Amino acid sequence: MAMKGNLFAFASGLIFAVGLGVSGMTSQDKVIEFLDISGAWDPSLAFVMIGAIAVHFVAGRIVRTRKSPIFDTKFHLPTSQDLDAKLLAGAALFGVGWGLGGFCPGPGIVSSVKGGAAPLVFVVTMTLGMILQHFVFAPRTKSAPVQAAR
Amino acid sequence: MHIVNFTPLPALLGGAIVGLAATVLLLSHGKVAGISGLYGGLFVPGTTDRPFRSAFVGGLVAGALLLLIALPRAFPTTSPVALPLVAIAGLIVGFGTRLGNGCTSGHGVCGTSRLSYRSMAATATFMATGFATVFVTHHVLGGN
Repeated sequence: MAMKGNLFAFASGLIFAVGLGVSGMTSQDKVIEFLDISGAWDPSLAFVMIGAIAVHFVAGRIVRTRKSPIFDTKFHLPTSQDLDAKLLAGAALFGVGWGLGGFCPGPGIVSSVKGGAAPLVFVVTMTLGMILQHFVFAPRTKSAPVQAAR
Repeated sequence: MHIVNFTPLPALLGGAIVGLAATVLLLSHGKVAGISGLYGGLFVPGTTDRPFRSAFVGGLVAGALLLLIALPRAFPTTSPVALPLVAIAGLIVGFGTRLGNGCTSGHGVCGTSRLSYRSMAATATFMATGFATVFVTHHVLGGN
């Protein structure tokens, strides 16, 4: 059962990567041109979000009418609705890094497979940043190791 | 402002494929397809579902290999950003996405699709600081 489930996780990752490549998200230039709203603006990446949300909003709703997912007894979706400083500070930092480098985590990982210097450097330092965050914040927040997979 | 290099159709199609990928993971495991969370969990102690996470990340790698063969132009050969700046960007992205519990996929696609207030607030925040950062680097400092 676990093996078969992991095959679905593998398929999800594979489809995800293909979507990122088709959409243009693996191009740092395209990301930075999208974020450069006052310059030569390329609004394409807004359409990536529109396409992804349109599909997942509808299909996700249909899936969530099930009692449980196929390979688990329940859904593991975050239920908290509270805005807190960690959420907003983390998102703010992420946006700064996204604008500086032109990579967010998925496109960075996918691009690094080709082996170019920029995506490889990005993935290495991103991983270090993730580990650093854990050791700065985890001792105070016991839930960190099992936090919802986002 | 003027519009350049606008490719709405591949963007919509690619986005729809990403939405499908997120739906596959929701249907199979009931989990959010958030890349910073799934990937980052592999590098911190206490994570229990490593095989599942490894399978997803392995899928990302396999998808990248498929793209290399079928759509090589998805991978530009030059970076518009100098390597030291890319290194700093990576550090900030890694730290920030773990602190804020998500990135473009978990908050931007999955959370927003569920109409989660937290995810919509996070998405608005990282978009705003992303716009502000490029404004500063390209128009205030006049860099790269």
